[in-house]
Amino acid sequence: MRHKTFLWFFLPTGLAMLLFIAMPIGSVVMQSIFAPHPAVLIEVESCTPLVGCTTETTIDQNATAALRAEKPLGRFVGLDIYFDRGHLAVDEFRALWASTDSWVGFFSELGNLPFYRAMAFTLTFVAVVTPLTIVLGLIIALAVNALHRHLKGLMIFFSLLPMIVTPLIGSLILFWMVDSRGVIGSALVALAGDPDFSLKASTGLMWVALLVYGVWHAAPFAFVVFYAGLQTLPSDQLEAAQIDGATRWQQVKYVVVPHLMPLVTFVALIQLMDNFKVFEPIIGFNAEAHAQSLSSFIYNDLGGETRQLSSASATSVMTIIGVAILLSPVLVRTWRDFKGAR
Amino acid sequence: MFLKRVALAGSMTAFAASAGYACEIGARVSIVGNEFAAIQAVGAAAKECSGAEVESNLTSEHQTINVAGLSGNPSEYTSAIIANSSIVALMNEDVVRPLNDLVAKHGGDLMPSQLIKIGGDIMAVAFMANAQHLMYRKDVLQQAGVEVPTTYEEMLVVAEAIRSQGIMQNPVGGAYKAGWNLAQEFNNMFLGYGGTHFKPGTAEPNINTEAGVNALNMMKALSEYMNPDFLTHDSNTTNAEYRAGNVAIMNMWGSRASQQTTTEGVLEEVKAGHAIAGPLTVGGGSIPASTLWWDGWTVGKNISDDEAEATFLAMMHGIRPAMLTEETLPLAVWLIKGYQPTPDAQGVFDAAKMRTTPYPMLPYMGLMHSALGNELADFMQGKESAEQALADVEAAYRAAAIEKGFLQ
Amino acid sequence: MASRAQRMPTSLRVASSLFVLLWFILAAFPFIWTVWGSFKVELDFFSIADWTNAITGERTKAVYGSPFTATGYHGAWIQEEFWRNVLNTAIVCFFVVTISLTIGTLGGYALSRSTYNYTFWLLITALIFRAMPPITLVAGYLLPFFEWNLWGILPTTIIVLVAINQPFTLWMLHSFFKNIPSELDESAKVDGCNQFQAFRRVIIPVMWPGVITTGLFSFLLAYNDFVVGATLLSESNRTMVPAVNAFMGTTQTEGNVMFAVASVVSATVPLFILVMFFQRQIVGGLTAGAVKG
Repeated sequence: MRHKTFLWFFLPTGLAMLLFIAMPIGSVVMQSIFAPHPAVLIEVESCTPLVGCTTETTIDQNATAALRAEKPLGRFVGLDIYFDRGHLAVDEFRALWASTDSWVGFFSELGNLPFYRAMAFTLTFVAVVTPLTIVLGLIIALAVNALHRHLKGLMIFFSLLPMIVTPLIGSLILFWMVDSRGVIGSALVALAGDPDFSLKASTGLMWVALLVYGVWHAAPFAFVVFYAGLQTLPSDQLEAAQIDGATRWQQVKYVVVPHLMPLVTFVALIQLMDNFKVFEPIIGFNAEAHAQSLSSFIYNDLGGETRQLSSASATSVMTIIGVAILLSPVLVRTWRDFKGAR
Repeated sequence: MFLKRVALAGSMTAFAASAGYACEIGARVSIVGNEFAAIQAVGAAAKECSGAEVESNLTSEHQTINVAGLSGNPSEYTSAIIANSSIVALMNEDVVRPLNDLVAKHGGDLMPSQLIKIGGDIMAVAFMANAQHLMYRKDVLQQAGVEVPTTYEEMLVVAEAIRSQGIMQNPVGGAYKAGWNLAQEFNNMFLGYGGTHFKPGTAEPNINTEAGVNALNMMKALSEYMNPDFLTHDSNTTNAEYRAGNVAIMNMWGSRASQQTTTEGVLEEVKAGHAIAGPLTVGGGSIPASTLWWDGWTVGKNISDDEAEATFLAMMHGIRPAMLTEETLPLAVWLIKGYQPTPDAQGVFDAAKMRTTPYPMLPYMGLMHSALGNELADFMQGKESAEQALADVEAAYRAAAIEKGFLQ
Repeated sequence: MASRAQRMPTSLRVASSLFVLLWFILAAFPFIWTVWGSFKVELDFFSIADWTNAITGERTKAVYGSPFTATGYHGAWIQEEFWRNVLNTAIVCFFVVTISLTIGTLGGYALSRSTYNYTFWLLITALIFRAMPPITLVAGYLLPFFEWNLWGILPTTIIVLVAINQPFTLWMLHSFFKNIPSELDESAKVDGCNQFQAFRRVIIPVMWPGVITTGLFSFLLAYNDFVVGATLLSESNRTMVPAVNAFMGTTQTEGNVMFAVASVVSATVPLFILVMFFQRQIVGGLTAGAVKG
């Protein structure tokens, strides 16, 4: 395709992304290396209802205003925010490295730093949920595809339900279902044979619940993509394989899976990325005590009474970098395919 | 949103009743605020003004948009409805104006206690109050043969009595969900033990103290009598437990007192046994282990003086004494002239009478609250010591405060 | 595909059917439970006292004399006028899907047919764009949108949702177009078509399974969006999910969970119709042309 033709085809989508994603990303990067000016504090008397007056500290706006007008971006802090305790915690990491002498001690102390603890959960989530989603999605797609024509539509709809029901309500319902007195919780208590068994009180079990929810929630996505891909499977290839006496398993392995491979790559890319940004299940299950992720950090920074824009920006940039690192093996593969296809 | 139409209907009757009281404004008014039913009622009453357009955007996301919406010139919003925790965000960004002259000109109906003054400037006008206080089941306490507690130490005794007699396994309720709620419970307890969050006049944290350790230990002791899932229970969940008859005693928001018995399907024994009392004290202190909250309105800085005056008039109309009707009265503990507290509001009034500390209105309190919310769960799960947890909080707070320029 | 299913050995067919059944239960059970619970009062819905209450409706019986009540639906749709939010969501979804697919199809097609290196890097850039958490993006939009008076209206939200979803749409359509042999449009070009004509004559007729599937995900994104709608829309233009959130209450105020549950259940009905309507397109499409008679 010629450059000019390509440009016209690509222009609308490129423009949309440039304006609404690329430029905001630019400003986010700026925000992460600039922080608000030092605040000049003064003590004043403040009065509130029903109580009366007390001495409180507040910001001296007149003193701060001049500084803000002069440098509207704030003060340049470079990578300080990336390295502070809320993020990479370089100083604390170094101190730990020097003071602990065993690996076990080092890792348990490291778990006290929020960033590393969040990474532990996030990476576990990515490593477990991504492959399970792909495999489950593929099996569902194959099984549904073998169903009778009239059942397929119905099955597609019901399979989509985990994605459709808004997580706001979906997770609330599941939260009560897995409660030790809820329907699933009661079943688990009966299974465990322990009346005090509670999923929500234990970090390990909460992780399992989050992982299961992750697979359950994402499987429909993989299923629909693979299912659509199966519809484009040329039947002559399959027939040729059958004539060659291939078993069903061999047909799947040598004909179906290779045909779906671009889609598998696609699903893997999207899933790796989304799982790295895991957020909704943590909020939905009220699991903040047991699991945190980079995205839940951003949510905390932006959701507090005082919004920490620089910190949220730094975490966002690190999310992007993290995703890039995570995706690099798949991307290298895509690059080879791309070169090969040419 | 909930009860919105009811609130609207209520304010319409109020308008009819006070037909003589007209509200005539000459410039646009645009309000942003939370979506409580009480705030909906105020917004609806403000909209009765004629002469220019009054718009309102009442949403739970108001905190995300109010600073941006009050910035720019002229700004989108002319007024933001906020609480004592959230006004600091607006003041930190310098987007709200002092109201001294407007109060002098039009503020005749206001009570002095409604004026939120910071350093001689009136920055907001409060119209409702809230506090956490005791809610309990008098039937269960009677059955267990114990008195209504006035301190947290007595609450532990009550809880033990109820549990040991086999009446309830987990009699204590509490919104101890990791994050904002857990931090709020710590604030209550910490202030009850006489702690102060910061070294006076500075943004230096001051929580890794005896009061901090005591507060955490008391919370831990209470949690032994709570549902084992307590770290996932916010106030909605805690109330659901209470209404289902699983909880006999808890520290809960006064704004939720009236719904404990009116929600559909509440057990009869809960309806009959529900009672409220003032907040508890702890550790022999006289100041209750609770915080006092107010909601009020501000006027934006980046608007013309005409718009500011119109906004002030419309908001005054929104909180005029005549807006208190049968429908609007139970919606909140109003700080409006002529308000007679309903029985459900008694807990909040008791809290005020006992000189409960207001939630600290400090520029950096939000950062402390976030740090507490993120770091205390480990201690509550028994994963680390109280001192370690508090040291972690201080370290997390320090990093945030350095970023925001409060500490160097 | 039916012919293949018929050739399946019985044991495999039974296993496969059992698996579908199991998946059906896993996928649908929470929803069916919710539909059932939406006709109960809150205490039964949460069923803290005893989980069987959610089935029998003990408390609902105590209040209404029957184990079913439509109060949640009445409250949401009539008292709180939930239909306004549904209407807004319908508008947003329609335009998001149409615009995303239009510009995404063009872009995705170009990416799948151009062989220059920059297509690869464009795809990678789009992917990196997608890594950006939307909540941070949205925080960055607020100031300029307020400044330019773009805040609060539906078109702004639509454009933002389209843009946020473009990387995904591009990637997905790119993968689908890669599966359509480029010999098809090459031969059209030999017949004298230009690139756009080749696209229109050759690609459009066979692209529907991919486009419908991609459209489905664009639709679900717009339909389930909370962050963008909640922060960029004013109360009067509010879409469904932020409205549902408003029913839920906050720390200090009581919500009405049953309104929220009833809203969510009833909002699923149009989706059901939509999926049923489009499933033919997903099942049909390419296979119809490719299967040999």
